[in-house]
Amino acid sequence: MQIYLPIAEVSVNAFLLLGLGGLVGVLSGMFGVGGGFLMTPLLFFIGIPPAVAVATEANQIVASSFSGVLAHFRRKTVDIKMGMVLLAGGLVGAFFGVQLFRILKELGQVELLVQLCYVVFLGVIGGLMFFESLRAILRTRDPNAKLPPRKKHMWVHGLPLKMRFRQSQLYISAIPPFIIGAMVGVLAAIMGVGGGFIMVPAMIYILGMPTKVVVGTSLFQIIFVTGFTTLMHATQNYTVDAVLALLLLIGGTIGAQIGTRIGVRMKAEQLRILLALMVLAVCGKLLFDLVVEPNELYSIGEVGH
Amino acid sequence: MIRVLCLLLLAFPAAAQESVIGRLSQNQVSITANFDGSEIFVYGAVKRDAPTPVTAPPLHIAITVEGPSRPSTVRRKERIFGIWVNRSVMVVDEAPSFYTVATTAPLNEIMSTRAREEYGIGLDRVVRLSGPVPGIRNPTNFTDALIRINQRSELYTQLEGMVDLAEETLFSTRIALPSNLTEGDYLTRMYLLRGREVVNVSQTTIFVRKEGLERWIYTLAHEQPLIYGIASILMALVFGWGASEIFRVLLRR
Repeated sequence: MQIYLPIAEVSVNAFLLLGLGGLVGVLSGMFGVGGGFLMTPLLFFIGIPPAVAVATEANQIVASSFSGVLAHFRRKTVDIKMGMVLLAGGLVGAFFGVQLFRILKELGQVELLVQLCYVVFLGVIGGLMFFESLRAILRTRDPNAKLPPRKKHMWVHGLPLKMRFRQSQLYISAIPPFIIGAMVGVLAAIMGVGGGFIMVPAMIYILGMPTKVVVGTSLFQIIFVTGFTTLMHATQNYTVDAVLALLLLIGGTIGAQIGTRIGVRMKAEQLRILLALMVLAVCGKLLFDLVVEPNELYSIGEVGH
Repeated sequence: MIRVLCLLLLAFPAAAQESVIGRLSQNQVSITANFDGSEIFVYGAVKRDAPTPVTAPPLHIAITVEGPSRPSTVRRKERIFGIWVNRSVMVVDEAPSFYTVATTAPLNEIMSTRAREEYGIGLDRVVRLSGPVPGIRNPTNFTDALIRINQRSELYTQLEGMVDLAEETLFSTRIALPSNLTEGDYLTRMYLLRGREVVNVSQTTIFVRKEGLERWIYTLAHEQPLIYGIASILMALVFGWGASEIFRVLLRR
């Protein structure tokens, strides 16, 4: 069944979109990631204009992260105070991200920026995750090995503006979480992702937050950042396609439920290494497209867009 | 006397009495949610007051459909530090969003270059630059690329020899409108040609409009972007909450 998307102005197969939403939903449920980093490139591949893909994906992430955070609220694994600080940074970052996006869209370089961001971030995160989980797997095979000790005092703890975060059992400066939030906010606007795949490691390794509150807190602030991003894209770039978002949402929410059940049955290290390989595969495909000479060197755009 | 006769012959050449009457199977194309392209049947007849002399050159028909024109930017990628980056940009002042020309025979055989120039018929005539472009060495490479890309996405077509003409009187053709159509007024012209010159022209318009839900969403997104944005977020929240609730109910069982 073909469906004409009113904002993207292309006709695509509705079942293909439902299927893509479902597939990414399964993976995001399995690995506990938003899936934006997979969905946005997939939307590029099926011919959705990049500007529409990025803005619409932000809208979809609002739904998936809201669905996820409700479960975390019930388990009381959301540090709202920390979330608020991250959010404050996130909103500032998203605001500048959307401005940057608009300027580059006018210069015709937005595609390049989005793709470069993807290659760099997916490459780094995928690589780190791959080696980290490989080491974890090797460690479980070697019964004598010990866990590396967690650093108790880091440079982060020396900064001013200290705040107490009860849920995270932390007494640290508000500056690092604000900066992390802002950086992820910029990425959310440019890449059409929630940024969980950057936020989560940053919260664990830089802020030293306990793992159990990390995912819930990350999801909590992602709702607001992606919601804000959606609103900014809608009012400044007119690139949010509600029909596209709806189809992805339906597929994604169903897929996520299935994925969560598969994920429970697998070992954490195996899951992480699979996720790392997937991230690296997407990164490789995007890098390949940037490096290999394209069939068509020319492209058409509208004036002023 | 002979002079008068000559004048009369000049003033009323055989073909001057011929006119074209054209019709379309539909004047309105609605882009709805399940729009998957459309096909327009173009047909018509040649009306004449007197029989055509035997010596008259054969009659030909050219039909053009032209979507709303708009300036387009064409960008060319170049390799910088090993990656392909959009580098040179050129604005093409006149490029229709859709263009098709259907004829009874190859365009160059039935129409002189001058006539094509005058009436703006053929892809090389509708995609034009208003003047020299500063800083671009080969502007035709850019216009050629624009034509090539639009041909690939079936927005530009030249259907030479695709018009059926019976007894130099009745003609018909089918013109496919692809699914990636944009809104606007599509001018449809039917040209009657003899001896590579235009004898008569008839013109109608196909109105292409987004309808129903598509219309509503598009208008809302562009005229009330704030409300549209908030509505999109609310939709996402409702779906997220719904999924979470359904999942919880399912898990309890």
